[in-house]
Amino acid sequence: MNRRKLVSRIVFSVCAALLGVAFALPLIWFVFAPFNAQADLDLALPKPPTLANFARVFANGAAVGALLNSLLQAFGTVLLVATTATLAAYALARTTLRGKRVIEYVLLLFSSVVSGSAAMVPIFLIVNALGLIDTQLAVILVFAGGLLPTAMFILRDFIASIPRGYEESALVAGASQWRAFVDVVVPVLRPGVTIAAVWAFVQVWGGFLIPFVLLRSEQRMPASVEIYSFYSQAGTPIVPLLAAYSVLYSLPVIALYWYVNRKYGFRFFGGIKS
Amino acid sequence: MASIQLDKIGKSFGAVDTIREIDLAIDDGEFVCLLGPSGCGKTTTLRMIAGLEQPSRGSIRIGGRDVTCAQPKDRNIGMVFQDYALYPHMTIADNIAYPLKVRGVAEATRHEKAREIAEVLHIGQLLDRLPAQISGGQQQRTSLARALVHPAAAFLFDEPLSNLDARMRVEARAFLHHLQRSRGMTAVYVTHDQAEAMALSTRIAVMCAGDIVQYAPPLEIYRRPATTFVAGFVGDPPMNLVAAQATRNGHDVALRGAGLQMAPIVSWPALDLALERSDRVTVGVRPEHLRITAGDVATNRLHGKLFANEAMGPESLVTLDLDGGVRVTARIFGDASLRIESDAAFAFDADRFTLFDAQGVRIPGAAEDPSN
Ligand SMILES: Nc1ncnc2c1ncn2[C@@H]1O[C@H](COP(=O)(O)OP(=O)(O)O)[C@@H](O)[C@H]1O
Ligand SMILES: [Mg+2]
Repeated sequence: MNRRKLVSRIVFSVCAALLGVAFALPLIWFVFAPFNAQADLDLALPKPPTLANFARVFANGAAVGALLNSLLQAFGTVLLVATTATLAAYALARTTLRGKRVIEYVLLLFSSVVSGSAAMVPIFLIVNALGLIDTQLAVILVFAGGLLPTAMFILRDFIASIPRGYEESALVAGASQWRAFVDVVVPVLRPGVTIAAVWAFVQVWGGFLIPFVLLRSEQRMPASVEIYSFYSQAGTPIVPLLAAYSVLYSLPVIALYWYVNRKYGFRFFGGIKS
Repeated sequence: MASIQLDKIGKSFGAVDTIREIDLAIDDGEFVCLLGPSGCGKTTTLRMIAGLEQPSRGSIRIGGRDVTCAQPKDRNIGMVFQDYALYPHMTIADNIAYPLKVRGVAEATRHEKAREIAEVLHIGQLLDRLPAQISGGQQQRTSLARALVHPAAAFLFDEPLSNLDARMRVEARAFLHHLQRSRGMTAVYVTHDQAEAMALSTRIAVMCAGDIVQYAPPLEIYRRPATTFVAGFVGDPPMNLVAAQATRNGHDVALRGAGLQMAPIVSWPALDLALERSDRVTVGVRPEHLRITAGDVATNRLHGKLFANEAMGPESLVTLDLDGGVRVTARIFGDASLRIESDAAFAFDADRFTLFDAQGVRIPGAAEDPSN
């Protein structure tokens, strides 16, 4: 290696390291602050490390309940979206429906509007008319409605990549259409459904506006809303508690990614070509 | 096992008639090949028998029962797909046992059955693997085992050997032949490889552009091709076809063509009939009925310039460019020492050619009963 190459290699490495540190700082704060009873927005090593912040958060019943509410809303929505999107995507991918393109286009158009803030007023009016204000069901339905079209498009492409021969060989083997779908399509599609489900879960988990508008009572609020109870009346954060609660709030999402990555490695298998 | 009848079957995709009108009667225990070039409608025909495609016209019976509108699951068939279509998430054992699973056979029994058939096909040691973990030939046998595990009324094959390499193809072909003859199963087999069709079939249905042009036993197709299309498709290399003009002289007919020289033949009723419509005919000679001739002594001959001389070991393929531009090939046993571009000639015997009329339909020979 000649001298010039060495110098440029060193300069590049130093720059890259500095950039890396800049991005890592908030994460390092996020690791240390929850265990620091005197945490503020500066980066500081906790001395001594303590679980006191967590104890105070767990003493707050509403905050813990909010995490459970988040889980309920997220799992409810994921279940609804995964099943309905799979069935709808299968129909879209495998049938020759008249006007299929138009339906897809309209769905795509509305999906970005329905879950957006622009539609909050009509959605509120509809939910109100249904008498579902301040219910978890309303939150789940509205979230699902907004996420369904995108989930359908993700899954439709997965299904389109599954060779029809799989189902056809099941059909001639004696399976009914439904049986072929359950025995062959669903298992092969599982990675695709998982991707759509994780995506939907994260959307609901971080969603603020929909539960904030549709729910009234504090004991039904999800963590994304309840996290604001760790701000003082004046709007300044109570940093040690906020940090501890943030860790708890992110754990399920981290666990989910870890699980999916271990199981599927974020790689998918489709058809086999010999 | 059961018979299969296709009665005036047609299939249109949009405005395109992919299958025009097919009649096909397959007897119980027969092995029928649908043979034809790519795109002629073989797969479509097979899929209609399987119930994966709904015919636009006509009716289908399996074992005497009308199944035209029946779902695939109600037809009791076994099918082997060209790309095998093994379920990627199931083990080889579960793949093979699947037809039994959907019929509600208990797990222990169906795995026992799967093991039995897997042993027959020499894949018994692979039962716990996934399809992605075995070779192409093993996948092919797995897919065969899955079709055979349940006693179906008929077995359908869509080019099952086309993804295998040449050696394994010949091996698998002999195996299929043995299997079908020893079990007496009814089979419909799609292929574009005439050698496969010849080797396997009890009868071959030669297809061309959505029609069956000839349906007969392999040797009949080989010896008496119904049209120039069949003659040019069956055989390796296929029959040589040379255009000729007929001139009558009383009962004698003289045939002349570019690069073709023939002794006058004595006419017969079928030839008379054909020549009344047109004096243009096609002379067909199989490559194995040609031999190299030195002088001009032979009366039936093809002459031109040597194009290629390929020594295959036991035989040589010698190709001539006739004066008229047509290329003909002879299969010569042993080897021929001929130089490229030199003048050469083939001779053939008077009872070793076939005549086709101006429409390309075979003119029955003098000795044949004209009624059949
Ligand atoms: N689902 C379909 N829609 C439109 N055209 C089709 C369809 N299936 C087959 N065809 C057409 O029918 C013709 C025959 O196809 P196929 O039966 O697969 O031929 P082969 O198996 O003899 O090669 C082809 O020209 C093909 O393009
Ligand atoms: Mg085909």
